[in-house]
Amino acid sequence: MKLKGTQILLRILEEEGVDIIFGYPGGTVLDIYDRLHDNKKIRHILVRHEQGAVHAADGYARATGRVGVALVTSGPGATNAVTGIATANMDSIPLVVFTGQVPTGLIGNDAFQECDITGITRPCTKHNFLVRNIEELASTIKEAFHIARSGRPGPVLVDLPKNVMAAEVDYDPKNIKIRNYEVFHKPAPKKMAQILEMLSSAKKPLIMTGGGVILGKAAAELTQLAKQYNIPVTGTLMGIGSFPGDDALWQGMLGMHGTYYANMAVSHCDLLIAVGVRFDDRVTGTIETFATNAKIVQIDIDPSSINKNVVVDLPIIGDTKATLQDLLKFLSEHNYEPVKNQREQWLAQLAAWKKKVPLTYCRSNDIIKPQAVIEKLYEITKGDVIITTEVGQNQMWTAQFFPFAKANTFITSGGLGTMGFGLPAAIGVKSAFPDKQVVDIAGDGSIQMNIQELATAAQYNINVKIVLLNNGYLGMVRQWQELFYKKRYSNTDMTHTPDFVKLAEAYGIAGFRATKPAEVEATLRQGLAVDKPVIMEFVISREECVYPMVRPGASISEMTHDREITN
Amino acid sequence: MEKKEHIISILVYNKPDVLARIAGTLGGKGYNIESLSVNTTTSYEVSKIIMTTIGNQATITRIENQLRRFVDVIRVDNLTNIESIHREMILVRLNLTEDKKEEIKKNIDTYKWKVIVSADSYVILEITGDKAQNDFAMARLEPLGIADITRTGIVALELES
Ligand SMILES: Cc1cc2nc3c(=O)[nH]c(=O)nc-3n(C[C@H](O)[C@H](O)[C@H](O)COP(=O)(O)OP(=O)(O)OC[C@H]3O[C@@H](n4cnc5c(N)ncnc54)[C@H](O)[C@@H]3O)c2cc1C
Ligand SMILES: Cc1ncc(C[n+]2csc(CCOP(=O)(O)OP(=O)(O)O)c2C)c(N)n1
Repeated sequence: MKLKGTQILLRILEEEGVDIIFGYPGGTVLDIYDRLHDNKKIRHILVRHEQGAVHAADGYARATGRVGVALVTSGPGATNAVTGIATANMDSIPLVVFTGQVPTGLIGNDAFQECDITGITRPCTKHNFLVRNIEELASTIKEAFHIARSGRPGPVLVDLPKNVMAAEVDYDPKNIKIRNYEVFHKPAPKKMAQILEMLSSAKKPLIMTGGGVILGKAAAELTQLAKQYNIPVTGTLMGIGSFPGDDALWQGMLGMHGTYYANMAVSHCDLLIAVGVRFDDRVTGTIETFATNAKIVQIDIDPSSINKNVVVDLPIIGDTKATLQDLLKFLSEHNYEPVKNQREQWLAQLAAWKKKVPLTYCRSNDIIKPQAVIEKLYEITKGDVIITTEVGQNQMWTAQFFPFAKANTFITSGGLGTMGFGLPAAIGVKSAFPDKQVVDIAGDGSIQMNIQELATAAQYNINVKIVLLNNGYLGMVRQWQELFYKKRYSNTDMTHTPDFVKLAEAYGIAGFRATKPAEVEATLRQGLAVDKPVIMEFVISREECVYPMVRPGASISEMTHDREITN
Repeated sequence: MEKKEHIISILVYNKPDVLARIAGTLGGKGYNIESLSVNTTTSYEVSKIIMTTIGNQATITRIENQLRRFVDVIRVDNLTNIESIHREMILVRLNLTEDKKEEIKKNIDTYKWKVIVSADSYVILEITGDKAQNDFAMARLEPLGIADITRTGIVALELES
């Protein structure tokens, strides 16, 4: 059967189960858009900026665990997508991003809207392709999906020259061959025996869960391991949700803004089982003092994540789900039992740390505290909500004060820390789960980075809810200036911000504002109930800081706390 | 940990940008490529890259793991610690000036350098050897007045696979 490039593209997208594309048209993708116009199976969401398209596809992918898809034009369309691609790449999120390209005959000629997007995105994609002829189109698209979701996932860019998409070729799905590249799944059985041995001799074991547990869909296995053997758990920012945040074994996030007790646990444990983490510098503090009392087991699918920052005692290359399943089986076959009073002593020690320095803040009846808004949001929603965040203090307070119970419900840009991520990501999540409450917890700086996506939400009735914690500052940067630059607030005071309620109205969505603690609950209830996209603006205490905090270059066992609380 | 030169053999799919990908990523991560040699193998679809780089064992392991992440990389071997032979080639032009002429000829005889072009006013030599041999040759060539020179990267092959 003869098919055009554009037909092949849509056909394979359908085969891959793609139901939504986020995109923005332009000259080189006109043929594809023309084909999309009649397609009944794939929904296209027209964003207002290509960065928004990629973040939306990314949010979709993080919430569903499936591959997110974006489509943009060549040149400026493609370069606008780069921040979104780099964001997904740092957090290992499976995406396929299609970019238009000038006809192959013009490539290299500085043609109108030509840009070497495969060159530009080489360092920030898992892989990318320039499709040079119609014969390779089908296999390339198939391969792109395979690469995006297999092994350590990541974004794959496919550059589609206009003439290739217009060309015709004999299409036979049976003839599409894709290369298999090597990925590791199952570790050697002897590794299981080694973990058992380490667990049996450990008095103070700790599990550290990370993004790899969520990416590998291994939250159930991880939770079983911890609960069955009574092992306490801490997690990275990306691991939040992979273990129930309301469980007594949960110690909260570790690292720069981790809880005191989580950081003390890591510093004092004698066995650290690290699952799907890459020991980012925000997590470890100074490497020399990280988990110095512990033997470290690291389970990761990507050998390049192992021994990169932290040298480990037992590296295990494997998929989190497969490996944890093997481990659970092995432990039960060998009747592993923790020594009861030893484990109880360790848990009592953790409880004592938690009692000494709990995760808390100074409450106020006069001024809205951001943490109180987040706690109230949890109380009202009972946690049944998917939350995205922007970047900065809003993100850290969310990680600290919202006890996430399930994987894929906390969606945040960790590795790149991209301001402007939260709103388009929420749009992506809500398009995948229209019946779920989806909330973007935002700062006034970040929200303005992709504010134009409010129009997208309004156009498609994608009823995302924005909880805007407005401190009138680039809060996280201001915090660093307060603590490390003698309060010299160079260029962090957003002295002019729009009236967000009016702005909401201008976009045809709803807007509410709370300026006093007494208004918080009503504003949240009202905003969550409205059947429209909503901005709920909370005018919060301007100079609130995120505590605890590990100073850059310090050990994670040395934390700075809120002076008003510790005094 | 001791820093030394490592010879890494990388089998890759012969894609247009595979070299850019590898060089770009290693460069972007701050690793230095000392020498590089690339060509197709018995199959046009597959190329072999021989790369040398300097670092301690931990750095080299990181480089190898990084290389293994590439979709187009089929296999990575560090030839440094396995029995293998190494060769690189020098092409050099020496001008036969009055004062050096005799010495150049004497050296060509002594070291059995291969003359591939012999003209009235100059000679071009081809010298192959491992790095030590070629460094030795370089030390002899320099006093003779090198008019121009090019040196390839190292190629290497395991004795047994
Ligand atoms: C303002 C700000 C402050 C921050 N502060 C903190 C902080 O205090 N604490 C903190 O923890 N983070 C913090 N972060 C986030 C931090 O920058 C990193 O993004 C985060 O620590 C990385 O999490 P991770 O190690 O779980 O790795 P991820 O980036 O999620 O990587 C996942 C790992 O799992 C592996 N993997 C993927 N799939 C699988 C699979 N199927 N099987 C096995 N392995 C797999 C990957 O190879 C990778 O090594 C902060 C970020 C920002 C923006
Ligand atoms: C695109 C981008 N630019 C700059 C930064 C640096 N940065 C990190 S946090 C932050 C402040 C964020 O301010 P706001 O969105 O108001 O959130 P707050 O910290 O006040 O909650 C900035 C500028 C960034 N992370 N991303």
